[in-house]
Amino acid sequence: MSVPQETIESLLERPSLFKRLTLQDWGWAAVVLAATVFVFAKYSGAMDVYEIIILTLTAPALIAQGWYWKAFQPYSIAVAVCSLLGIWLYGDSYANAEVVFGLKYLFSSQSAIMWMSALFVLATVTYFGGLFTNHAFTLKTASAMTWVALVMGFTGLMVRWFESYLIDPDFGHIPVSNLYEVFILFCLITGLLYLYYEERYKNRSLGGFVLLVISAAVAFLLWYSFERDAAKILPLVPALKSYWMKIHVPANFVGYGAFALAAMTSVVYLIRARGERNNPQGFAATRLPSLAMIDDITYKAIALGFAFFTIATILGAMWAAEAWGGYWSWDPKETWALIVWLNYAAWLHLRFSKGWRGVPMAWWAIVGLFITLFAFLGVNMFLSGLHSYGEL
Amino acid sequence: MKNTPSTSTRLINFLGSMNLAITLLVVVAIASIIGTILKQNQPYTDYQIKFGSFWFDLFRMLGLYDVYSAVWFLTILAFLVISIATCVGRNTPGVLRELRHFRENVQEKSLRAMKHQHNLTTHLPAAEAQSFAQRLLTNQGFRMRQKTADGHTVIAAMKGGSNHWGYWLTHIGIIVICLGGLMDSRLPLMVAEWQGKLTPETRNIPASDVPAISQLPATSFSYRGNVDIPEGNRANIIFLPMRDGYYVQHLPFEVEVKAFRVEHYSTGMPKSFESDLLIHDKDLPAPLEKTISVNHPLIYKGIALYQANFGDGGSEVKLRLHPFSTRYAAQDLDGKVFRDYNLTSSEQQFKLEVNDFRLFNINDMEDEAGKAIKKNIGPSVTFKLRDASGQAMEYQNYMNPVSIKGQNYYISGVRSTPAEPFRYLHIPVDAKGGIERFMRLLSNIQDAELVKKSAVETTRSSMQEATVQNPEVEKQVVESMIRLTMLFATKGADGITQEIAERFPQEKQESASEAFMKVLNASLRAVYVETLKQEGITSELSEADWQFFDDSILAIDKISAYGSPWFVQLSSFTQIEASGLQITRSPGKDVVYFGSAMLTIGVFLLFYVTHRRVWVWIKPLDNNQAEVVVAGSANRNQPEFELYFNSLQKTFQQAMVQEVQDVSSTGNN
Ligand code: HEM
Repeated sequence: MSVPQETIESLLERPSLFKRLTLQDWGWAAVVLAATVFVFAKYSGAMDVYEIIILTLTAPALIAQGWYWKAFQPYSIAVAVCSLLGIWLYGDSYANAEVVFGLKYLFSSQSAIMWMSALFVLATVTYFGGLFTNHAFTLKTASAMTWVALVMGFTGLMVRWFESYLIDPDFGHIPVSNLYEVFILFCLITGLLYLYYEERYKNRSLGGFVLLVISAAVAFLLWYSFERDAAKILPLVPALKSYWMKIHVPANFVGYGAFALAAMTSVVYLIRARGERNNPQGFAATRLPSLAMIDDITYKAIALGFAFFTIATILGAMWAAEAWGGYWSWDPKETWALIVWLNYAAWLHLRFSKGWRGVPMAWWAIVGLFITLFAFLGVNMFLSGLHSYGEL
Repeated sequence: MKNTPSTSTRLINFLGSMNLAITLLVVVAIASIIGTILKQNQPYTDYQIKFGSFWFDLFRMLGLYDVYSAVWFLTILAFLVISIATCVGRNTPGVLRELRHFRENVQEKSLRAMKHQHNLTTHLPAAEAQSFAQRLLTNQGFRMRQKTADGHTVIAAMKGGSNHWGYWLTHIGIIVICLGGLMDSRLPLMVAEWQGKLTPETRNIPASDVPAISQLPATSFSYRGNVDIPEGNRANIIFLPMRDGYYVQHLPFEVEVKAFRVEHYSTGMPKSFESDLLIHDKDLPAPLEKTISVNHPLIYKGIALYQANFGDGGSEVKLRLHPFSTRYAAQDLDGKVFRDYNLTSSEQQFKLEVNDFRLFNINDMEDEAGKAIKKNIGPSVTFKLRDASGQAMEYQNYMNPVSIKGQNYYISGVRSTPAEPFRYLHIPVDAKGGIERFMRLLSNIQDAELVKKSAVETTRSSMQEATVQNPEVEKQVVESMIRLTMLFATKGADGITQEIAERFPQEKQESASEAFMKVLNASLRAVYVETLKQEGITSELSEADWQFFDDSILAIDKISAYGSPWFVQLSSFTQIEASGLQITRSPGKDVVYFGSAMLTIGVFLLFYVTHRRVWVWIKPLDNNQAEVVVAGSANRNQPEFELYFNSLQKTFQQAMVQEVQDVSSTGNN
């Protein structure tokens, strides 16, 4: 026997989850737990039993997320530090937003969101620049910008949450209650999903395309806040005062974000497929990721989106049962959620059971984005119903 | 004969076919769109106005006003459910086989033909290789079977079989959700309507007058309806809306609303709606007390009571009717919302229908700087005034004066149909904060004697100034003053324009109008001065006084189009609110939730678990060595399986083959 016994043993032994964790991972868990205990000690008086359950479940979810995707750890810590800094700078006066330098130019929610907006657009341009010049460092810079945009954006939301209480304790609510706030959430979730796939597939050439949809959202956001004064923090209407909002809306936006990402990767698929047909040595056929990789990412994104959209729709039904007295009322927003869901169910069936691949499925995923967009925006703009909270 | 499938097989093939499934998914999606574009369950008259009678009838026949209960829509849904059921039924044996069978009978040839396969010759004896493979696969979480025959051993292993349960759970979950939905649906009602046992009531009559054919017993299996209960009142029925009518659904208990509250934010927006409820049930020793609010319902005996909305519950309003015409007398009315009152003192019969009272009215206003703001302008009463012919105008009158550009007015909105926006009458508030000066001015300009007197006075004084004495001219001027004033008092400026149009040729109308207006204005001013004298004001009139005059004349000008012989002033009120409850019994809810849980778990199993199979085929060779074939397959996620298989194969290679020992330090990633 020439192979040492312990080597074979080590090959045989699959290290258990806990053995695979590093010291840093344990540190991460400790930080999350400490933060949870702190929040619990400080605010448990203001939370109802459901919110305590949500908080208790958030901690393990965050820990698991950080263990699964290491980059999530420094990211969350950066967000936490910036948010706490913002909150600390505010003290107990909302007026500080215009007075204190650190708030006025960095961490008040409006400034942080402006930074996010600017950085996303800049990152989009940089990604494309890196792609066209085939310059690795430029692409790396673009990733870094995206990370910073995400830190600022998330900080903006966290600080906004605090601001809502600062303006009037009665107004206080999680910032996922109107179109302005969820648009920010959309940018953030889509950005995070993209960075995850970027790292997973070690490929930065999709960045510009995915960030294009984020930049479009940013453009809308800016128009909406300047033209319609949408950034103003207003109290919640009674129907929205529910713990359900805290889970229903974010779950929905994981869905929307993933679908948007899938549509953009499908655009790249079409470009590459065309490039391979027309000019196999050309830019599109050589610089862009392989069709197999894009196809894989698209499928994974749609699967993730579908799973979360399923949960979100079910949570929505449960909320509706509590707020309106019926889990399903065929209200336009509900119905459009169903339409989006059925559309992707059809997509998945075609792919899985009929084995469809390639260009038609890519087109379908792009059309899917428009259906999703209508469910998300169009319904609020054109149709009225029980869900008319985020009217333009 | 043998090759042609029977009809039932063909039917099952059709129902369980993927093409049908995908078609149905898309068809349901498209059909659902209709109901989001066409607003559902509106009053039928609205549709009739919107579409005209041809399209109205066609759309009604197609069930487009309640698409999601239309027979054709339900049929598509039923098809979808049947298709899923067929599909699951057909696939289940295969799934079970897939889960049970390890495929230890696999042929060497087919293993070698697999996409993921690797063969090697090991220096280990067959038995040792076999135990190594077993331990490795066990550690990787595989379950396995082993078979030795014809001089070789096959270890057939698999894991992730729950992926197939994923398929089963998702699809059965959808069926369960649909069945739960069916339990709560109105299908039984629709069937009973079909059989002629039930018809919805369409008249607006008290619940106690609704005939039995539109009443549903307290034992109904499921329902969802509404009722408005005024504070201090009870109800044991709810109304189930059905197309253009409703059913009266009885409840197995009585609900009393002890109190209803709206709380407001500092901005004036509502913050919460709450009702203090008492449930009276003979099964209860004492009434059950509970406060409900939006998002916090009460569930009693499987029946859920939700705070849905609120409205007026018959508030008491004291109204003062100021006549615009001197022929009528002022009168007071003690009214209640939702009651009708006959007004007899006028020469025409009117019916006053009090429709609503509102304590808060948040309206778009301008602040001092001219910026649009939302502002609460206080209580209002809404009523209709119906004349003998049945024509009605709707009014909304605000109790408190509203300040507009620094000037205070009593405001009354008027419209002839609900589709129109309100047009407003602004009556200026006098120096004492009341409506008296305006009313006195109005009655004075209808008083021929007084108009004449003041006309004579002004003419004289202006003529004295001009030092021209001409009784004939004076008489003419005074006469036209009186005539024009009377005309204005009854028909407004329009009346005068009309008269000019009748009496003068086109080219002279403009100059005539100018002259008329001058005369009229002089007369009105004279009457106004006289009016103030009656109040005891004889000093020079201030700018504010003249502003009041201008506003009054603008208001008087509009009276003829206002349509009411009175200005109805809300002088005091006692608010009685009604809580709008939605009351449901939905036994299917838990079924739906159960199905949803199945669906959720199933979806995650489908996407995130892969059914992986690995075979290790071992054949002992003469020299105490063995030949090994490792092969594998997965039903999902091929790229990932490829990585996995490569590392698995490397492990085998490292453990079993000597030569590779040197490179083993590069490790397997
Ligand atoms: C609302 C309706 C439906 C939904 C939401 C739904 C959902 C799904 C999902 C999410 C998958 C997994 C796809 C994947 O693995 O990526 C799937 C697979 C599948 N569905 Fe459906 N489905 C529906 C209706 C149907 C119907 C009507 C049929 C029958 C004709 C059907 C037959 C199948 C089959 C055969 C698979 C493949 C299972 C496998 O590969 O293991 N589904 N379905």
